[in-house]
Order: sequence, then structure tokens, then C-alpha cells
Amino acid sequence: MEYILHILILIGIYIILSISLNLIAGYTGLLSIAHAAFYGIGAYVAALMALNLHSPFLVNIVCAIILSGLLGAMVGIPSLRIRDDYFVIATFAFQVISFSILNNWVSFTGGPMGLPGIPQPTIFGLTISSHLGFLLLIGFFCALIFWLSHRIVQSPFGRVLKAIREDEVFAQAAGKNVAAFKVLVFVIGAGMAAIAGVMYVYYISFIDPSSFTVMESIFIISVVIVGGAGSLWGPVIGAVVLVVLPELLRFIGLPSFVAANVRQILYGGLLVAFMMWRPHGFLGKYAFQSGEARE
Amino acid sequence: MSSELLEVQKLEKSFDGIRALAGFSCSLRQGEILGLIGPNGAGKTTLLNVISGFLTPESGKAMFQGMNLLGVPSHKIAKTGITRTFQNLRLVRQLSVLDNVLLSFRDQLGERLGNVFFRWKTSKEQEAANQEEALLLLDEAGLFEKANDPAENLSYGQQKLLSLVCCLAAKGDLLLLDEPVAGIAPEMIENILGIIRDLPIKGKSVILIEHNLDAVMQVCDRVIFMDAGAKVSEGSPEEVRNDPKVIEAYLD
Repeated sequence: MEYILHILILIGIYIILSISLNLIAGYTGLLSIAHAAFYGIGAYVAALMALNLHSPFLVNIVCAIILSGLLGAMVGIPSLRIRDDYFVIATFAFQVISFSILNNWVSFTGGPMGLPGIPQPTIFGLTISSHLGFLLLIGFFCALIFWLSHRIVQSPFGRVLKAIREDEVFAQAAGKNVAAFKVLVFVIGAGMAAIAGVMYVYYISFIDPSSFTVMESIFIISVVIVGGAGSLWGPVIGAVVLVVLPELLRFIGLPSFVAANVRQILYGGLLVAFMMWRPHGFLGKYAFQSGEARE
Repeated sequence: MSSELLEVQKLEKSFDGIRALAGFSCSLRQGEILGLIGPNGAGKTTLLNVISGFLTPESGKAMFQGMNLLGVPSHKIAKTGITRTFQNLRLVRQLSVLDNVLLSFRDQLGERLGNVFFRWKTSKEQEAANQEEALLLLDEAGLFEKANDPAENLSYGQQKLLSLVCCLAAKGDLLLLDEPVAGIAPEMIENILGIIRDLPIKGKSVILIEHNLDAVMQVCDRVIFMDAGAKVSEGSPEEVRNDPKVIEAYLD
């Protein structure tokens, strides 16, 4: 039972991550490889505050969102001036730098050894310690993020995002401040990813940089692509499929070291297969496309 | 001179040493339809790009309703009442025809992030009003039936028509139309020219780039023949058509 709850919690975390990346990459067409960095920043902010300041959960999550959003703006403002492939490289650079800082600033982040002993979250006097409690908490945030994303993409604001994905020049000519929209959505996405980080760190109660590598970013991108970029439910389906599928490998009795490699092969194979036969993912209406394809 | 809606003076713009605009000047009165003709590479589209803020010239002046246009970002110019179409047809192809028109409305409350969450109702009301108006515009243009189809499903001519409807939705005073009837069927040409011809009645002015000389002669009040970034001939459609320099250029 705990195992199933654990899987559901993981799915919830990836739903938050992929919905937020979907706003940036799926709806607006900005392929960011820095999502795991914002995920990690959220996690570390919460962990460090909980350990050093003993501040309550709600304060930590708000600070994590704000800090991650600010960093999102700091990365977004310069890198969104450059386009397409260069943007991808700029976010990649940010991802690598953040990982290096988390990994090497040993006195502050604990370095590769990580930070153990993160206390259980207390919300309005209620301490969450059971798997079920975490699942409810994460479920609440999933629903909140889903609702926010729904609101955004159904609004005229979201319509501009879709226009930017398709044709920036058209959006510009229609009087939309394309750069401002891009920065805003990037900041929103970064803030949402921080929520996933906070959930993760409180749930695992331990944190180390290896959870926030480039590979993690690519995994989140895979979730978005497999589920369907630019669709509301796509990331949810993608998260379920990509979290559950490798777990099934456990039951066919492979030794763990083989299973880990098979998992990588599975991800790679899935991505290639989707790109070849179903570039829209399960639910997406739009093929994931680079800037050149748009021109 | 203050009665001029648009005034550009001595614009200079070069690309790799080629002068796309070589000291080009012109002006436009309110309610006037100005045709720009000339061979490919004469600098016609460059002029539109300068006026709409997509290009900054090396020197010169451009004033619209007494306001400087040079160095102003294109999205800001688009809010001053200048709206344009593109030669190579720009639309949001995967969104519906209706959404394309809706995108073209300026100053939408719902496009501000804060309003997405906090003033949902006010922005909804504006959105509903815009939607009604957009459907009316589509109806007048004969695209009502297609309102919910993706824009990419329209024929080429219908897409050109749609980009004109988008300009109307923007409620600009000046429309910059880059080859609105190039490469489309005769009935559609009539439809589009009909809309353009009615624009001055609504107080709107137009700069029209077109290779289809018949179309230009039909709708324009005044025509400028451009070559190598400069004005070669200017006058009524008749005058320009009979100018030996123009005849020579078109016979080449």
C-alpha cells in the first residue's frame, strides 16, 4: 500500500513539474532545459530554511516560489532576447551552473553529501507524516497548479502565448510585448517548479544535488512530449506513463543494476518513438517544434 | 503640414551596402489610399517595416499623428493605431480563425496576467464583446462559417482576407497592406478590394503595396512608383501609369 502511495506521490510531483514546463515549452514554445534547476532551487530553499531557520512549511514554500521566480526572471530576461537554439543553450548553461553550485558549495548546501533530517511539515498545527498525508498535500498542489494552468491557457493571456509559439512576428505586429510575455511565463513556470521541489524535499526528508541534474530536466521534457505538449491533460498523462512504466520493470525480476539501465533505454526508446510516430504526444494537438520549423 | 497623418522624411536604410531606402520621403493624408508600386527590391516592404517598427533606419524622420515612430518597438507602434499585414502571410495557423481575429484586438484586459486571476469577470465581459465584434467582422468578410476552423485550413485567398480582417479588428487609423491580393483568385480579389475601398469612409488611411497594377489603379487615390529605394514618380493612378519612366520599368 505504501508503495502505491509512494508512486502516486511521485506522479504528483512530476505532474506539477510537467504542467509548469508545459506552460513554458508546450504553450509558448520555449524549450527550457533548466527546469530541474528551478525544481532544485525550490527544494534547497525549503530545506535550508527548515534546517537553519526552523521556519514553518508555509513560509518556506512561499519563499521558495518567490526566489525561484526571481531567478527565473534573472535567467529569462537576458536569455529570452536570444532565440530558439541559443535560448536552449542559455537554459542549459543555467542548469549546469546551478547544479555545480549545489554540488560544490559544501558549507552551505552540504555538497554531494546532501542535507539530511529535514523536519516533517506542519500546516496549521497539523503535522504531515504519513504517506497518505503527503499524497493529500501534493494532490492539493497538483489541483491548484492544474487550475492555474487551465486559467492561464484559457485566457486571452494564454492565447498570446500560443501566438508567440507559432509566430512571434505576428504577435509583435498585433501589439503584444512578446519579450514581456515570455519572461512572465518563464517566471510562472519557475515558481511552479519550486513547489514541486518543496514537496519533494519534505517528502523524502533528505536532499542532494543528484536529483536536479540535466538528466532530470530532460526527463521532465520527456514527460511533456510524451503526454502532449500544449495540451492541458497531456502532462498529467505523461507523468503517469513515465513514472509507472519503469516501475513495472521491477516486477519482471531484473536485477536492479540491469533495471536501471533498461529504464534509460526505455526512456530513450520512448522519446524516439514519439518523435517519429506521434510528435504530438498522447493528447497534444500540436507537434513539438523548434523555431526553424515555425518559420 | 500638421494635417498629414503620416510623414516620412529622407529615410535611409542599407542592407550590406545596398540602399533599400535612399532618402525616401512621402506623406499621407487621413482617409487616403496610397499605392506603392515598383520592381522587387525597390524598398517598398522595407518602408513598411520602418513605419511599423520592425526595422530602424540609419537616418530620417517618421511621424504619425505628430508622434515620432523611429526607435519605437513594433508592439508599441502597433498600439498607436498603425496596423499591418505581411507579404508572406503571417497568421497563427494552428489557432482558430476567430482566435486570430481576437488576438488582433488591442489593449485587452485579459492579456494582463493579474487579470487572469483577479479581474476575471471584467476581462470576460470585454472578451465577450470582442468576440461578438470579431464574429461580425468575419461575417462581413464572408468568413463566418470558418470561424472555428484552424486558420491553416483556409485557402490562401481566405488567409489573406483573414489577415485583413485582423487589421480591422485592431481598429487602427493607418493600415499598411503588403500585397493583399497577390496570388489569389479573381473573386477573392474583388472581395478584398471592396473592403479596402470602403476604408476611407470609416476614416482610415491605407498604404498599399501591390504588383497587381489593375488593383492599384482601382482603389488608390495616389500612387508612388519606387525604384532602388527612391521615389521615381508620384501622382494620380492615371499620371503614374502614363509616366514614361514607369512604362519603361514595367516593360523591362
